[in-house]
Amino acid sequence: MIEIGMHGAVRLREIAFEIVDRIRSNIYLRAIMADTLAKFGLVTLSLYIIFAVFGPYIVPYDPMQINYGPDGTSLRLESPSSDHWLGTTNLGRDVLSQTIYGARVSIIVGFTSATISVIIGTNIGLISAYVGGRVDDVLMRLTDIAYGIPLLPFAIVIVVMLGSSLINIILAIILLQWRATARVIRSQVLSHKERPYVESAEAIGAGRLRIMYIHIFPNVLPLAYLYVAFSVGWAIITEASIAFLGLGDPTSVSWGNMIFTAYGAEVLRTAWWWVFPPGISIMLLVMSVFFIGRALERPRDFAM
Amino acid sequence: MSLRNYVIRRLLQIFVVYWVFITILFFLFRMVPGDPTSMYVIHGLSPQAREAMIARLGLDAPLHIQYFTYIQNLLTLDFGLSFTYRQPVSEVLYLRFFNTIFLMGAALIIAYFIGLLVGSMMGWKRDSSFERGGLIMALIARSSPEFWTGIVLLTVFALYLGWFPTGGIRSLDAEITTFWGRYLAWDFVWHMILPMLTGAIYFAATPLLLMRNTIIDVLDEDYIEIKEAEGFSQYRILYVHAVRNSVLPLVTIAAIMTGAAIGGSVVIETVFNWPGMGREMVRAIHAQDYPVAMGAFFLMGSVVIFMNLVADILYAYLDPRVKYD
Repeated sequence: MIEIGMHGAVRLREIAFEIVDRIRSNIYLRAIMADTLAKFGLVTLSLYIIFAVFGPYIVPYDPMQINYGPDGTSLRLESPSSDHWLGTTNLGRDVLSQTIYGARVSIIVGFTSATISVIIGTNIGLISAYVGGRVDDVLMRLTDIAYGIPLLPFAIVIVVMLGSSLINIILAIILLQWRATARVIRSQVLSHKERPYVESAEAIGAGRLRIMYIHIFPNVLPLAYLYVAFSVGWAIITEASIAFLGLGDPTSVSWGNMIFTAYGAEVLRTAWWWVFPPGISIMLLVMSVFFIGRALERPRDFAM
Repeated sequence: MSLRNYVIRRLLQIFVVYWVFITILFFLFRMVPGDPTSMYVIHGLSPQAREAMIARLGLDAPLHIQYFTYIQNLLTLDFGLSFTYRQPVSEVLYLRFFNTIFLMGAALIIAYFIGLLVGSMMGWKRDSSFERGGLIMALIARSSPEFWTGIVLLTVFALYLGWFPTGGIRSLDAEITTFWGRYLAWDFVWHMILPMLTGAIYFAATPLLLMRNTIIDVLDEDYIEIKEAEGFSQYRILYVHAVRNSVLPLVTIAAIMTGAAIGGSVVIETVFNWPGMGREMVRAIHAQDYPVAMGAFFLMGSVVIFMNLVADILYAYLDPRVKYD
């Protein structure tokens, strides 16, 4: 046994309390805990993140494995039972296992493309509004162009041209998704630009970069967080739609692909257990980030 | 800057945006896997016939010449020949374009109508269970992808209850004599209801939440208090005075909503087998019928960019306070 000693133990306790304290006093976490819907969102999101990370260890069956009954025939379109809680597909695959596996694609695509597109959008909005003039003009025309291209058709073309993989789906979403963040951050920064705190920073000779990233940026951060939440939702919906059109990554199980297969097999009327788990999962996951985002929008109310 | 100058400047800007969009399209469809000419030349030709076709279509010309030919062709709505139908793409897309515009136009109108009515009511009855319920419903509707909403509506109202057809745009025995005869028929409306609702449910959340926020701001203003003091009824104040001053933000999102509707048409039409531009694009992509896919994409982008222009000008026209900058 490692001898920590009386003093060491007390020190560890202090560190533990310190960590718990910091988490507790985190304004964003407090904003979530004060809102029932956001709490529901946090629980749901955590559940799906657990599915995404530990999916392969949780699932009762391999999602692509064809299951056979005791008489040796494959279990086609079995309704839910104690062996297969959510029934089976037309090929005898376990729906519960597929649903749990499907979380991974949605979580990866949702969070990666949202984070990157909000980082790009925030920078474009910040620079556009603060620098102004010709730079603003060019960046805003760029935003107009991004708004002129419908997202889903564009994503379909990219996926077909570059090949259907998660990376390409994420790339297609990022290429257009930054537009929303860029516009709202820009208008927010425009209003901050005229405020006394920026003027006084300018008066004492602070550099452009310093004003933009040290002074203004923290003030638009809550809005950026809100747009991360929105973008996660939009990205998940876009990925699911691409998969529903039969253009998703063929190597991974996804919720959109499950619904695509069920729709193609024309069993909507009978096999509800096959369609509802992925459909409800998409809804719950997107809802959970929206609910959390809504609570994060005004964390400043909780900062004393 | 006067309104006229603003409109001219905006027109020039949109012109640049449109030109960049067309250029992006040119390069996007030249990234096609394998031989870039495979996009234009029908598969399975003999080498000689293939060479002849490439020469005839001008695909052996330098890229910049091809680019100018491409722009010329687009401006005359000449998108080439469809591989599948062996007829001009413009003919393939002509009716499908209008099928999409009518479906999505109707969905947007319903979405705005719901958004305006319910959203203003939510702003009016702030902190009530009606407002909370409305918020939750809006977020649920917005969280459900269009294809999922569509599948739920299809399963319940078409497959189980049998109230509506399971897909398509009209019954097989429907007679069509004129262009408007296609759309001004109950049979058409009956087929349109489910896909239209699918779109409307998804799109309504945006105008609804916006309307709620605007109404909350407007109701704080003095003139509303004056109207209350004058003894007007609450509904009159809400729907005549407050709503009238809250519609402006709805105009600003019209372009974004159009973009969402055009993108949504791709999945909604696929679920309901609606013979529109969106479903045709998906079919063309699967069948590697690239001229059709490109034509559809071009038309979709054109509609969205055009609506951006319309919304901007409408906004400037409606709001005398706008500074045109």
